Amino acid sequence: MADTAASTSRGPRGPKPKRIFSGTNILLYGILILVSLYYLVPLWVMIMTSLKTMPEIRIGNVFAPPVEITFQPWIQAWSQHCTGLVCKGLSPGFWNSVQILVPSVILSIVIASINGYALINWKFKGSEVFFVILMIGAFIPYQIMLYPMVIMLRELGVYGSLTGLVIVHTIFGMPILTLLFRNYFSSVPEELFKAARVDGAGFWGIYFRIMLPMALPIFVVAIILQVTGIWNDFLFGVVFISKAENYPMTVQLNNIVNSVQGIKEYNVNMAATLLTGLVPLVVYFLSGKLFVRGIAAGAVKG
Amino acid sequence: MSTSKYSVQIKDLDLAFGAVKVLNSLDLDIGEGEFLVLLGSSGCGKSTLLNCIAGLLEPTDGEIWIKGENVTWKEPSERGIGMVFQSYALYPQMTVEGNMSFGLKNARVPADEIKKRVARAAAVLQIEPLLQRKPGALSGGQRQRVAIGRALVRDVDVFLFDEPLSNLDAKLRADLRVEIKRLHQQLKNTMIYVTHDQVEAMTLADRIAIMKSGNIMQLSTPDEIYNRPQNKYVADFIGSPSMNFIGGDLERGTFKSGGIVLPMTGYQFAAPQVADRPATIGIRPEHVATGALVAAAPIKLDTVVDLVEPMGSDTLVWIKLGDMPFRVRMDGQARVHHGDHLTIGIDPSKASLFDTKTEVRL
Amino acid sequence: MAVVDQSAAPVSAERSAARARKPNKLFRNLTAKIAMIPLVFVSVGVFVGFTIWTIVYSFTSSKLLPKLNFVGFEQYTRLWADRRWLQSIENLAIFGFFSLILTLVVGFTLAALLDRKIRGEDVFRTIILYPFALSFIVTGLVWQWILNPQFGIQHIVQSLGWTSFQFDPLNNPDIVLYGILIAGIWQGTGLIMCIMLAGLRGIDDDIWKAAKVDGIGTLKTYLRIIIPMMRPVFITSLVLIAAGIIKVYDLVVAQTSGGPGLASQMPAMYVYDYMFGGQNLGQGFAASTMMLVTVAIILIPWAYLEFGGKKRG
Repeated sequence: MADTAASTSRGPRGPKPKRIFSGTNILLYGILILVSLYYLVPLWVMIMTSLKTMPEIRIGNVFAPPVEITFQPWIQAWSQHCTGLVCKGLSPGFWNSVQILVPSVILSIVIASINGYALINWKFKGSEVFFVILMIGAFIPYQIMLYPMVIMLRELGVYGSLTGLVIVHTIFGMPILTLLFRNYFSSVPEELFKAARVDGAGFWGIYFRIMLPMALPIFVVAIILQVTGIWNDFLFGVVFISKAENYPMTVQLNNIVNSVQGIKEYNVNMAATLLTGLVPLVVYFLSGKLFVRGIAAGAVKG
Repeated sequence: MSTSKYSVQIKDLDLAFGAVKVLNSLDLDIGEGEFLVLLGSSGCGKSTLLNCIAGLLEPTDGEIWIKGENVTWKEPSERGIGMVFQSYALYPQMTVEGNMSFGLKNARVPADEIKKRVARAAAVLQIEPLLQRKPGALSGGQRQRVAIGRALVRDVDVFLFDEPLSNLDAKLRADLRVEIKRLHQQLKNTMIYVTHDQVEAMTLADRIAIMKSGNIMQLSTPDEIYNRPQNKYVADFIGSPSMNFIGGDLERGTFKSGGIVLPMTGYQFAAPQVADRPATIGIRPEHVATGALVAAAPIKLDTVVDLVEPMGSDTLVWIKLGDMPFRVRMDGQARVHHGDHLTIGIDPSKASLFDTKTEVRL
Repeated sequence: MAVVDQSAAPVSAERSAARARKPNKLFRNLTAKIAMIPLVFVSVGVFVGFTIWTIVYSFTSSKLLPKLNFVGFEQYTRLWADRRWLQSIENLAIFGFFSLILTLVVGFTLAALLDRKIRGEDVFRTIILYPFALSFIVTGLVWQWILNPQFGIQHIVQSLGWTSFQFDPLNNPDIVLYGILIAGIWQGTGLIMCIMLAGLRGIDDDIWKAAKVDGIGTLKTYLRIIIPMMRPVFITSLVLIAAGIIKVYDLVVAQTSGGPGLASQMPAMYVYDYMFGGQNLGQGFAASTMMLVTVAIILIPWAYLEFGGKKRG
């Protein structure tokens, strides 16, 4: 009975454990709890360190909770910490990242969803070839395309600006997102598309009236994928942003923590690190299974 | 432009995907108000042909005319067709009313006219209570009715059906089959109907086109196809249980195979003079006489029962004729068993004779 | 019949004759083609064009600016004579080898454990996967802090009484790669575990029943039946991990900046430094071309196995 229920609901498939406190079970849960500690410790350490004062850090150990909780490191990391002569903390980086993130996510998803739809429903001779090139492109190390990209952005007059970075993210996000949408639209029955054509709807009519409303879940998956991906980017931020005041949050964080000047303020560093990780973490914990679906869609080709 | 007596004409239509020929220079004229069924097993090109007529597939060569107008390169919506799909293909996010009016909105038909036409179609199909529902909340039969309604509101002359009943269970399929037939009687539109189900084909069609690997094997009335199949493929395809075939030789008007000798008296040969040659005779299980009817049959044979399949309404009896297995349909009350002796009667005028090599009817 | 039509309605026939001609193939579904311009531009222009551009310029003596004065394989000769590049390649090989093995083994083991019908599967999965949502920069910085010799693990073990305990990977050239490895595994195993779990869930329940009926033990069933059945999943994981390893950059930048000395230098850092820091473009181009070659060496056999075999089969 339990077996059939499990297999129909696509639940765990291994053989059923016998008793809750059997030897294997103690071993099983023991290992899992130990492993969980390995994964949780860094988060714990980050939070604890960020709530301590520097004197307490110097005498205590990194794992111990703070004796006296202070939020000063957070405030300092967010708005007061100095990089060179500028003392604005991480907040400019945060706003830069937001300004990069929002248009990048929208633009990349709009283009990729149209790509996926056109690749499935409006094939023309050679359209599959472009898709295959795009998929191969996903594996090409970015490094080999960086310099020509710099030249292109310079020609367009957007090198070093946030706009330039938006273009870069849109381009390099295209393979995975196109794959995501293409696979989704290929699961939509072809007859639906045919019916719409008989009903006189054209390219955009079918896209907006038929396909888009059906694809809302996959748009959410794409948004999750892009928000975490673009927020976490470091390489493109370093390469394509030329002025320090335009740096995205990750780049600014690295500059703060790994700066060789001044005394190391570990509590501020950890608060800054946590602040940078906050956006993807919130997305992760809110999205739950959709996040898994997103990375699985990205990982396993259809 | 309706001076043409044909509603749809296919002229020398070719379709190839790379080196694979899917349609092979087809010619087909479909009359005004005719119900034509394209019948064949999967991969025979019947759906492909329908998609070409609808404008959903581009032919490699040839022309398609609808109502006396060459529509080969026209958009599907400009061809004056309505189409019903196997998977219903209802837009899931729209209500039934939205589904039915989508095409009219695209054609910029005025709103009050749309309302009128939707109401009329809904009345014909008895789906008025469902108009505000989404397709997800409908049963399979209701969905297919809505799909037909979507074609109906377009007020077109030609209806295309692509296996519309294949996704339904047997009972519902029979019900909707009758409804489609009634709809045709009422509307008198031209209907082109693709199916692999011979019962649907036989019951619905004015004419049936049996297709095989991109060719039309026979285009005739159901009666003609059943009684005078033009080739062995059609003979084998139509009829359930299928026709018995015995290979042998035709010698001066008599069919001989092993110890069996069948003088073909009463058989209508396709040509007045048929030369001797290797031939195959086809006899439908239901055309074999048993019991009291044997007396009236021109030819009588003694056989032994091998296997009995009782089916309720009738009984399928497997016998050995010579060395060949041979099926005989008896009524449901027949009490025969393995090993029983059975005398059967054969009427050559109801048989079909084919050239063994070309498989064409003699 | 067509003659009748023409005489009956000449205007209409004329129009239909015009429409009857086969339209130019190029302009069929023009909107769709216009909508695909970004796709075509990115695939051909960027991915193919930019790559070829860099490969071509890797054969030039470009310094501060790209210039087309070809010098043959000189940049490559210089590259393979550079101690820093050789060290980077060696580092990548060691890091890659352990990273690949550990990620696969840990990822599969965790997936198998989670597949044992345990309670709280969702909780464990959430815990194991969350690091994947974090950037390499955040990952590198937090592990830099945990491995800090003055305050981190070494300090704690020493203060517990084991004063001779030494664990300072980020400042010890001999073991610095393992320090990075710990962080890399922490960030990346969640993804592989999820892929493996999906693979395990895809295996028919009847396989387990059959193995049970045949009296095959659990461990043996995994090793002899399940893992061979999951070959495609393993290959996909392998390709994903490998492609990630070759690009490794942010993690090392955040954790060690390539130090101490050259002990944790990586090819991607070499490329960046020569292209954007060292003003020696030719070297950067040659190094990035070598990265592409490495990816191709991994990818081509995989693509052959994955797609080449299907066509013939």
